Amino acid sequence: MRHLAFAAGIFLAGQALAETPVLKVYTYDSFVSDWGPGPVIEKRFEEVCDCDLQFVGAGDGAALLARLKLEGKRTDADVVLGLDTSLTAQAAETGLFAPHGKTPKVDVPTPYEEAGAWSDPLFLPYDYGYLAFVYDKTKLSEAPKTFEELAASDVKIVIQDPRSSTPGLGLLLWVKAQYGDQAEAMWGTLSDNIVTVTPGWSEAYGLFLEGEADMVLSYTTSPAYHRIAEKDDSKAAAVFEQGNYMQIEVAGKLAGTDQPELADRFLDFMLSDAFQSAIPELNWMYPAVTPKDGLPSGFDAPLISDHAVLIEPAKVPAMRAEALSEWQTALSR
Amino acid sequence: MANRAFKIKPAEGISAAFVAAFVLVPLAAVIWRAGTLGGFSAADWAALRFTVGQALLSASLSVILAVPVAKALARRNFRGRRMLITLLGAPFILPVIVAVLGILAVFGRSGLVNTALDALGLPEISIYGLQGVVLAHVFFNLPLATRMILQGWQAIPGERFRLAASLGMRPRQVSRVLEWPMLRAVVPGAWMVIFVLCLSSFAVALTLGGGPRATTLELGIYQAFRYDFDLGRAAMLAVVQLGLAGGAALVALWVSVPSGFGAGLDRVVRRYEAETVLARVGDGLAIFAAAVFLLIPLGLVILNGIRGLSVMPSQVWEALGVSLLLALCATALTMVLALALARRGEAVGYLGLAISPMVIGTGLFLLVNPVISPMALAFPVTVAVNAVMALPFAVRVIGPEMRALEADWGRLGAVLNIRGWAWLRWVVLLRLRKSLSFAAGLSAALAMGDLGVVALFASPDWATLPLQMYRLMGAYQMQAAAGAGLLLLMSSLFLFWIFDRGGRGDVDV
Repeated sequence: MRHLAFAAGIFLAGQALAETPVLKVYTYDSFVSDWGPGPVIEKRFEEVCDCDLQFVGAGDGAALLARLKLEGKRTDADVVLGLDTSLTAQAAETGLFAPHGKTPKVDVPTPYEEAGAWSDPLFLPYDYGYLAFVYDKTKLSEAPKTFEELAASDVKIVIQDPRSSTPGLGLLLWVKAQYGDQAEAMWGTLSDNIVTVTPGWSEAYGLFLEGEADMVLSYTTSPAYHRIAEKDDSKAAAVFEQGNYMQIEVAGKLAGTDQPELADRFLDFMLSDAFQSAIPELNWMYPAVTPKDGLPSGFDAPLISDHAVLIEPAKVPAMRAEALSEWQTALSR
Repeated sequence: MANRAFKIKPAEGISAAFVAAFVLVPLAAVIWRAGTLGGFSAADWAALRFTVGQALLSASLSVILAVPVAKALARRNFRGRRMLITLLGAPFILPVIVAVLGILAVFGRSGLVNTALDALGLPEISIYGLQGVVLAHVFFNLPLATRMILQGWQAIPGERFRLAASLGMRPRQVSRVLEWPMLRAVVPGAWMVIFVLCLSSFAVALTLGGGPRATTLELGIYQAFRYDFDLGRAAMLAVVQLGLAGGAALVALWVSVPSGFGAGLDRVVRRYEAETVLARVGDGLAIFAAAVFLLIPLGLVILNGIRGLSVMPSQVWEALGVSLLLALCATALTMVLALALARRGEAVGYLGLAISPMVIGTGLFLLVNPVISPMALAFPVTVAVNAVMALPFAVRVIGPEMRALEADWGRLGAVLNIRGWAWLRWVVLLRLRKSLSFAAGLSAALAMGDLGVVALFASPDWATLPLQMYRLMGAYQMQAAAGAGLLLLMSSLFLFWIFDRGGRGDVDV
């Protein structure tokens, strides 16, 4: 009898489980780790949604898009979170995303938007940051303030490969946006500063922490991580006089989702305080909507918008191809 | 006997078909989906030249350096020898980034070597460039080559050395008569496996190569899949890689000559000709140099990891369980396939090494996706891919011994009518204990450290240890990641050690 009750219990539990709607969100790997914002956000959303939120980690932003293209219309994803503006044109082209139909007010200082506005019909921003060369203040007393100063100095840097990493691609676009036809020449003068080029951010940052380079391509928010999480104030990010390249991370709803309402609710939740307040100290980026308590102390204020360099998403694909071949030529010499 | 040699057994046929299908069908699926193969650009030619060049250098150096080390290990007995041989397996199974950080702690800009040079007022050396790529590949593969060649030495029956001694042969004559034929039989295969392994290197080549000069074909494949989503280009590069690996296999087959020492009675190997002072000093130096080169970076990895152990999140322990289970399942499958293919199917067994795991993974993804969510099959697919990827090493280790076994004991078996299970149980499992356990240990450790396919099929419910380690790194948790890396190293070594216990080569068997 007891066995029967047990079996019935399992059966009923299974039933209950089957009735809870599941929302699958594809994102990048670091988002879902225990140290990332994934677990906290999952808990907070599940408290209000009466659903099962599942994060699926799929490499980095670019790998995320590749995975989506592979799966095509049959994808299980309801929402994709973690593309950035250098990928959104390609993502839109797949036709897999549905318009979000929202007109949010955001605190993202996008250079090509009016203050507070966001006009992309498919993707909504959830955080942003700026690429910057990060260094150790105790080892490098005077950091370069322009690419020219960097190239003229004997400061050693480690960067990421634009063919396999999103910050690497960001740096490529940064140099191209700033130097145009002279970008290849700029890479030529930078080549003796580059210790090496790594496949991804993790390898580069690891190399920098091991003392292999004076500076590493990372984000202006990286020093805040060391300051807040490790009580270490020795790291700083070089703010360049002509601006730093901006990275805006976005999320979008899949057109083929079987949970359209839940996906909409998630996107609303994403811009609410419960989600946004988890961003600074877990994803180490600036929240797209400043939480009511403001930024944590130890976080530098974001750069002002005329200090941000960013190429409009639609122009990225063509520019990327040209910039990539210039980069390859200049650094292969 | 003739019958036995030429009839293809069902197990052999099924295994060969499974492996070939598992590797070639996904490639075909990628080509089919792409509709066309991409063209070959000037940058691709540069990548091809670099890929082949570094692989040639890395494989040749690994094998050349492994010969004196294996020779020394084969004829010397000393305290800690068993442990040294087990530890020598470690670099091979380390996750790439962990090993690279270990190497940099020694040879990097602020590594031990440059710190010492700086203290002496000497100019610093740079590891970044072709030299760094080759150095890292030798670090990974010297131990593998050493183990394979050591096995060859141990397969020479002790009676032959006794006979050589009673004929009054000098060391050089022993080398010519006994050791040279063994090397002719073993070295080409070892060289080929390492060459093919280095062909598909990408993270090591890029990180230590110092920039886009060090672009390999595998990076091209990665880029084509992940950034350009140009399946045709990825397939074309994969076909080129397959061709290169096939070419290397043909060269190895052509150079290699079976040694044919015949059966022995497994007596103690006493190396009479090696009892000179000069030989002793030489062997000591070879072992010492190899140990220093391999164990110092490893020691630094361990030191760095110990500090991280206490800050590892619980996810890491769950991931350890997943990885252990995965490694055991993959090993079981590898061993079944390897036993079936070892006699005559070695060439099929190598296929798993010749095709980029990115291509296999993506192809499988394309095949599975129309039917069922790939995430649901993540575990079995990861097991199967790991099994097929470890197969080349297993058949390489088991193959030559299996054929020698057939040659030495096949006639006796035929006369006594020992076949099928009885042959497997009473002859193969007993006689090949050493190579079987080495192959199993290698497969388990390889599956433990693999990151390739699982990332593509990643499921929300579980992650492997290497994947978890990379996720930690991506979230600034370098210290915890170092801890996870150490855990991975220890558990891989443990698996390797457990399997390999029966097979660790001893002078006195």
